[in-house]
Amino acid sequence: MNYHDFEFVAGLVTERTGVEMKADKAFLLEGRLSPLARREGLVSIEDLIHVMRSRKEERLIGGLVDALIPNETSFFRDRAAFAALRARVLPELVAARKSSRVRILCAGCSTGQEAYSIALMLDQNLDLAGGTPIEIIATDISDRCLERARQGLYTQFEVQRGLPIRMLMQYFTQHDEHWRLSETIRSRVSFKKHNLLQPIGDLGSFDLVLCRNVLGGFHRDLANETLNKLCLQLKDGGFLMLGAGETLGAQGEGFAQAGADGLFKLSASAVNAA
Amino acid sequence: MKRCLIVDDSRVVRKVARRIVEDMDFTTEEAADGQQALEACRTRMPDAVLLDWNMPVMNGIDFLRALRREPGGDAPKVVFCTTENDLSHIAEAMRSGADEYIMKPFDSEIIASKFGEVGLR
Repeated sequence: MNYHDFEFVAGLVTERTGVEMKADKAFLLEGRLSPLARREGLVSIEDLIHVMRSRKEERLIGGLVDALIPNETSFFRDRAAFAALRARVLPELVAARKSSRVRILCAGCSTGQEAYSIALMLDQNLDLAGGTPIEIIATDISDRCLERARQGLYTQFEVQRGLPIRMLMQYFTQHDEHWRLSETIRSRVSFKKHNLLQPIGDLGSFDLVLCRNVLGGFHRDLANETLNKLCLQLKDGGFLMLGAGETLGAQGEGFAQAGADGLFKLSASAVNAA
Repeated sequence: MKRCLIVDDSRVVRKVARRIVEDMDFTTEEAADGQQALEACRTRMPDAVLLDWNMPVMNGIDFLRALRREPGGDAPKVVFCTTENDLSHIAEAMRSGADEYIMKPFDSEIIASKFGEVGLR
């Protein structure tokens, strides 16, 4: 792929998704775009890019985004993070909300494992929620990922990353080479299509926002803007969970470290002051 | 350093598994069937056993049941690693005293995840 084609594709992906494509990863693009070119009946990636340059077809751009943005995730990714959710975050939120709902957002949920891990954790620890309803909303930009997430159908590789075998036995059924998560757990998560670069207000405000290992791949300015928007959706006393090693940077005001790498709590006074 | 016994009748699988487990800072020992594995355990109990199911002489499930009856045989964490990937096999393994279960094919990430589940790392 020549430099101009790479620039065109990378520019389009960043503009649409915030994800920055590094020039030293240009060689990866070829492998990922070939299937898309073939599906479109085109012989080469050059032809695909030529078609995309001449007519900006949304369907094609959607396919490009699906093929190129990272979607790495796993069940219970980062053990320490889930330990903190169980030991501190959920007990504090449930105690604060009591009879009203606790609302959780998984932003950039990819194929759903993170949102389902929270639902599984709640089912394994019924006393965590007590009688408090817990609403889990999970969003992603990729139709392909959301479709897979809603189906709750995972490969043998995926169910062996982070998921204890006893949970596999308890909550999944086998379908040939795949494993399907039970309807009971699937029904506890609502998946919605959302582009993090777009306004987020329609989703409402949340007690816990998880946006883990998403913004690190974004263009820096767009990452800051997105983080800012997510922070504005947090209720006072709410928690923000980024990926391990990810920090708040300039958005850190009003937040305190909350006992795990990447976990922050918004103090009630910060909201009042703002 | 923790010690892991790798039990599989395939030399290739043992070699691959050995490289992964040694990268996780274990010392390793190998056995080609359940009988060899049991003898190795009687000499010195390992901290972990990565265990194939179908092997000549003594298969994995018979080894596991025998191991759990040995003095000190409840100590090692036993992680099955087999092509048997249906729920009935998994359930039988867990009933017989396995701690975790890997369905082949595996990679380093899966072994790390499963060893993590049982507190081996």
